[in-house]
Amino acid sequence: MARTSASAPAPPVPVHQALWHRGRAAVRDLWIGGVLLALIVAFSIDSPYFLTRANWLNTSSTGTEVLLLAVGETFVICAGGIDLSVGAVLGFAGTAGAWVMSQLTGGQPAGAEVGVVALGFAAAVAAGLAFGLVNGFLVAWAGIPPFVVTLGTLGVATGFGFLLNNGQEISAIPGSVTTFGNDNLGGWVPVPVLITAVITIWCGLLLAKTRFGAYTLSIGDSREAVVRAGINDRRYLVEIYTLSGVLAGVASVLVMARLGAGSPASGATDNLNAIAAVVIGGASLFGGRGTIIGSVIGTGIIAVLLTGLVLINVPPFWQEVAVGVVLIAAVYIDQLRNRKTSRK
Amino acid sequence: MSARLAVRDLSKHYGGVQALRGVTLHVDAGEVLGVVGDNGAGKSTMLKILSGAVFPSSGQVLLDGEPTRFANPAAAHDAGIATVYQDLSLAGQRDVVANFFLGRETLSRNWLARRIGWLDGKAMAAHTLSELARLRTSIPDVHLASRDLSGGQRQALAIARAAAWTGRVLLLDEPTSALGVEQQQQVLDLIRRVSAEGIAVILISHQMPDVLAVCDRAVVLRLGAVAATLSGASLTSENLIGYITGAMPGGEA
Repeated sequence: MARTSASAPAPPVPVHQALWHRGRAAVRDLWIGGVLLALIVAFSIDSPYFLTRANWLNTSSTGTEVLLLAVGETFVICAGGIDLSVGAVLGFAGTAGAWVMSQLTGGQPAGAEVGVVALGFAAAVAAGLAFGLVNGFLVAWAGIPPFVVTLGTLGVATGFGFLLNNGQEISAIPGSVTTFGNDNLGGWVPVPVLITAVITIWCGLLLAKTRFGAYTLSIGDSREAVVRAGINDRRYLVEIYTLSGVLAGVASVLVMARLGAGSPASGATDNLNAIAAVVIGGASLFGGRGTIIGSVIGTGIIAVLLTGLVLINVPPFWQEVAVGVVLIAAVYIDQLRNRKTSRK
Repeated sequence: MSARLAVRDLSKHYGGVQALRGVTLHVDAGEVLGVVGDNGAGKSTMLKILSGAVFPSSGQVLLDGEPTRFANPAAAHDAGIATVYQDLSLAGQRDVVANFFLGRETLSRNWLARRIGWLDGKAMAAHTLSELARLRTSIPDVHLASRDLSGGQRQALAIARAAAWTGRVLLLDEPTSALGVEQQQQVLDLIRRVSAEGIAVILISHQMPDVLAVCDRAVVLRLGAVAATLSGASLTSENLIGYITGAMPGGEA
C-alpha cells in the first residue's frame, strides 16, 4: 500500500554527456569520413591512376546511381522500413523509358528528338513512381512488412523489365540521350553528377530541416507515438516509399543516358550497394536515425572500393565481396558503439 | 455550471464480459480526480473511452455540458482531451523539442519555406524551453534525445507536452509507477501545477499515497461500477483500500 518503488532516482545527465549526445551524429559522420579518406589515401599510394581525372569521372558516375538510390533508401530506412526493390525498379524504369523512346522514334523523322526524349525520361520516372506508390500502399495500408512487400516488387519489376524486350536491352534511343549522359562541365563535373548533387542537397535539407523529415524519423523511432500525436502516418509512409521509387526512376534515366541503352539488368547489384551505403553512413536499420550526409559518405566508400579495387588489379568479382564485408563490419561497429553510449 | 468532463451511466461490454456497468462521474476545471481500483475494475476501459480509443456500449460523455462522441483518439485530442499513456509515447532517439512538438510543428514564417514544410527550429526550441521552465521541470537540455533523459524527466516531458497542447482535460495513466521516490515527488508537483492552470486532471493510479497527495476527490471502481466517491475527510488510505478490495460495502459513500 505504501510506495512500492524504492529504486534510487537516476542521476541528472551531466553537461559533458549532454554535449556528447548532441554531437554523436556529427562524431559518427566524422568517423566514417575518416574511413573514406583513409581508403582514398591507400588507393592513391597503391595505384598511380587513382588520383586522376579519368578515375574521378568514372568513380563519380558510378557513384551517382548508387547515391540516388541510397538517398531514397535513407528515408525508407529512417522510417523503420527497407526498400529491396530499388535496384530492380531502376532496371525496369530505364528499360521502360528506352522502350517508350524506341516506339516513338519508329516512324518519326530525326528532328523531333526533344519531345521523344522528354517522354522517355518521364516514362522512366513515372515507372519508378508507380512502383514506389505500390510499395507505400502495401506497407502503409495492407500492413505487410516492408521486407516482404519490396522483395515481392523486386521480383515483379525484374520480370517486367525482362518482358519488355525478351530480356534484351533496348538501345534504339536518340543519340542526344547519350550525349547528355556523358557530357560534363569544365571537364570535371559530369552532368549526371551535377543533377545528383542538386537532388541530394535538396533531400538532405528535406530530411534534416522539414516536417516531412521530422515525421520520417519519428515514424521510424516510434510509430505508436506518431499515431497518438494525431499524425497521418500512412500518408507519410506512402510518400516516403514513393520518393524512393521516384529517385530510382531518376537514377535509371542517368544510367540509361550513360550507357546509351535501357537495360533490365542494370540495377542488379545496386540494391546491396545502396543499402550498404546508407547503413555505413550511420542510419539505424531499426529506424529513427540517419542522415543524408552519412549516406553520401557511405556511397563514397563504396564507389571508391568498387573502382579502387579494379585499379589495383583485384579481379572485379571481389567487389561484391568487399561491399558485403564492409556492410557487416559497419553494422557491427555501430552496434558496439551504441551499446557503449546508450543508457537504454 | 456544468462539469468540465462528465460521464453518465457509462457501460461497456466486450462480448459477454461487462467491463463497465453504469459508471457516472465528473471532474471540474482545475480539479484532480483520482480513479483507483484493482486490476480488472474498469480503469483501463474508462481511460480508453475517454481518450477515444473505444466506444462505450451505452451512456454519455459530456464535455462542458455538451454530449460528445469521439470517433477516434485524434477526435478526443482535438476536443481538448490529452492522454499520457504508461508508455509515454515518446520517440526515444528524437530530441526533446521534436517530441514536444510532435504533430504540432512550427513552420518557418517565410511563405516559400512554409510551403515545403521548413521547420522553425529556433522558435520551437525556445517555446519548448519556456514551457518546460514554466512548469518547472528539470530537463537539462532540449536537444537531448528523449531516451537519454531520466524516467522522471521523460514523464515530465510527456505531461508537459500533453498539458501544453490541451486546454481542457488531461488523462494520466499510472504516471508515477515506474519512478523513484524523488522523481515521483517531482511528477506529483507537476500535476499540481498543471491543474492550477485550470486543466481538469484525471489520475489513474495504483499508488495510494499519490492519490492522497494530489487528488481533490477519488472515485473507486470495483467490478466495473463506482464503489465509492471519496473526498475531504473521507479520502483516506483506509477507505480507499477498503472500497478497492470490497472490504467495505459498495455504493456511494
